[in-house]
Amino acid sequence: MLKNCSFSIHENEAVAIIGHNGSGKSTIAKLMNGLLFPQEGEILINGQPVNAETVWDIRKDVGMVFQNPDNQFVGTTVQDDIAFGMENRGIPRDEMVKRIAQTLDAVGMQDYRLTEPHKLSGGQKQRVAIASVLAIFPKVLILDEATAMLDPKGRKEIMNTVTMVQEQRHLSLITITHDLQEVVQAERVIVMNKGKVWDEATPRGIFARKGELRSIGLDVPFVAILSEELRKAGVPIMNEVLDQDELLEELWTSHSTM
Amino acid sequence: MNNGLIIGQYVPGESLVHRLDPRTKITVIFFFVFIVFLANSVVSYSVLTLFALASTFTTRIPIYYILKGLTPVWFLIVFTFILHLIVTNEGNVLINIIGFKIYSGGVIQGFAISMRFFLLILVTSLLTLTTTPIEITDAIEDMLHPLKKVRFPVHELALMMSISLRFIPTLMQETDKISKAQASRGVDFRTGPLKERIKAVVPLLVPLFVSAFKRAEELAMAMEARGYQGGEGRSKLRELKLEKRDFIIFALFIAVVITLFATRNY
Repeated sequence: MLKNCSFSIHENEAVAIIGHNGSGKSTIAKLMNGLLFPQEGEILINGQPVNAETVWDIRKDVGMVFQNPDNQFVGTTVQDDIAFGMENRGIPRDEMVKRIAQTLDAVGMQDYRLTEPHKLSGGQKQRVAIASVLAIFPKVLILDEATAMLDPKGRKEIMNTVTMVQEQRHLSLITITHDLQEVVQAERVIVMNKGKVWDEATPRGIFARKGELRSIGLDVPFVAILSEELRKAGVPIMNEVLDQDELLEELWTSHSTM
Repeated sequence: MNNGLIIGQYVPGESLVHRLDPRTKITVIFFFVFIVFLANSVVSYSVLTLFALASTFTTRIPIYYILKGLTPVWFLIVFTFILHLIVTNEGNVLINIIGFKIYSGGVIQGFAISMRFFLLILVTSLLTLTTTPIEITDAIEDMLHPLKKVRFPVHELALMMSISLRFIPTLMQETDKISKAQASRGVDFRTGPLKERIKAVVPLLVPLFVSAFKRAEELAMAMEARGYQGGEGRSKLRELKLEKRDFIIFALFIAVVITLFATRNY
C-alpha cells in the first residue's frame, strides 16, 4: 500500500493526513498503532520502534478512534466502555472511577455515564470513543475518519471536542480524512496519493493547489472554489481563504480599500 | 427506534432484592429450586410459599406485571392440575361424572404439583426481573472462577456474553432497517403461504450476517487497539461485593431450609 513514505510528527502538533480512498492514509494509522507492521523501514513513536515486542507499550501512547461509532463500542454502558481500555491495562478501580468522571467532563458527556450505546447518537458515541482513549492518557490521538459516518452536527461536535481536548491535554493529534474541510484546523497537512506523500504544507498552502487536488480525487470545499471564481471575475482576493468568515473578511476589506 | 427496549424482563428498581449481590440471588434461587421438590406437607408448602411471596413483595414490582409475565405458564400450571386430577386414583371418590371419578388424592396431588410449578417459575423470574443481564454475567463469571484451573475459558465466556448483550439492540435496529429496505424493493414478509414467507427471510438474513461479520472484525480491531490481550492482568470496573444484607438473606434462607426439613410430613 505504502511506498517510500517518510515524515515526522512533533509533540503537541495537530496534523491532518488527507487522501482519496485507497491512498494509504488508513494504513498509516494502523502502522502507527501496531495493528499492521511495515515490510520495510521503521516507525518510531516517542523514540521507540513499533514491533511485536513493543506493541503493547505503543498502544498505551497511541490512542485511536475509528470510523464506525457502533463497531468500537465494547461496553454495555458509557462508563463500561470507557473502563474497557483501562481494565485492559490493569488500572485499579478507584483510579478508573476518577478518570471516567474526568474524561466524560472533557468530552462534555457527564450526563450520560450510565446510558446504553443504542440510546446515543453517532456523534455522542464518537465522543465516548474519544473519552475512552483519553482515559489512558495517550501522547498521540489518531482519528481515523472518525467523522465520516456522522451528520454535519455530529461532525461539528467531534471537531469542537477534539480541539478542546488538544488544548487541555497537549497531545499530538493526527486527523485522517478525505474531506478537505476538516484539515482547516490542522497546523500541517500531509496529502497522500497512491501510497506516497504527495505534498506536505500548511492548510493554506494546500488550498492553493486546488486544481491539482481535484486531479487526485479530492473534493475542494465550496468556499475555495468560490474564491477562485471571484478572483477570475476580477475581485481582488489576496490571501488563500479557508472558510466562510475569512472569505467575508477578504471581500469587505477589498471593497473598503477601493 | 427501539428506544424503550429492555433486554430480558428487567424492571429497574432500588428494592432490597434489586440491591442484593447477583451471586446471592443466583445461589438462593438455585437451592430453592431443589428444596421445592422436598416439600411434601401443607406446612412445608406454606413455608416455601411464604418465602416466595415475601421476596416477591420485597421487590416492589407491581404484582400485575409479574402475573402478566407468567401468562404463558398459567396454561401449563392448570394443565398439570387437571392431568393429576384425572390420572390419580387414590383416596375417596369426591365426584362421579358419568363414569369419570375424581378422587380426593387427585385434588391434593394436583394442587401440590401445580403449586410446586408455580413457585419454581415465580422465584426464577424474580431473578431476571430484579437483575440486569450484565449483573448476571458478572455473577456467572465470578462463580465459574474455580473452573479456570481446568482451563475453562471463564473470562472469554463472560466477555462473549457481555458483547452479545451490547449488540442485541444494535442488530435489532439493523434488522429493522434491512427489512424496511427489502420491503421497499417489494419483498413481502407478511402475506402469502408459509413457504414463501420463509423464503422472504433469506434476503433479510444474508445482509444481516454479512454486516455482523464486518462488525465483529472491526470490533476485534478496535479492542486490540485499546490494548485488549485476554483476561490476564485485567482489572475490573464492575465489582461484586457481598454486603451485610447478603449474609442476612443467606441466614434467612438457611432458616427457611431448616424449617422446611422440620415441617416435612406434617
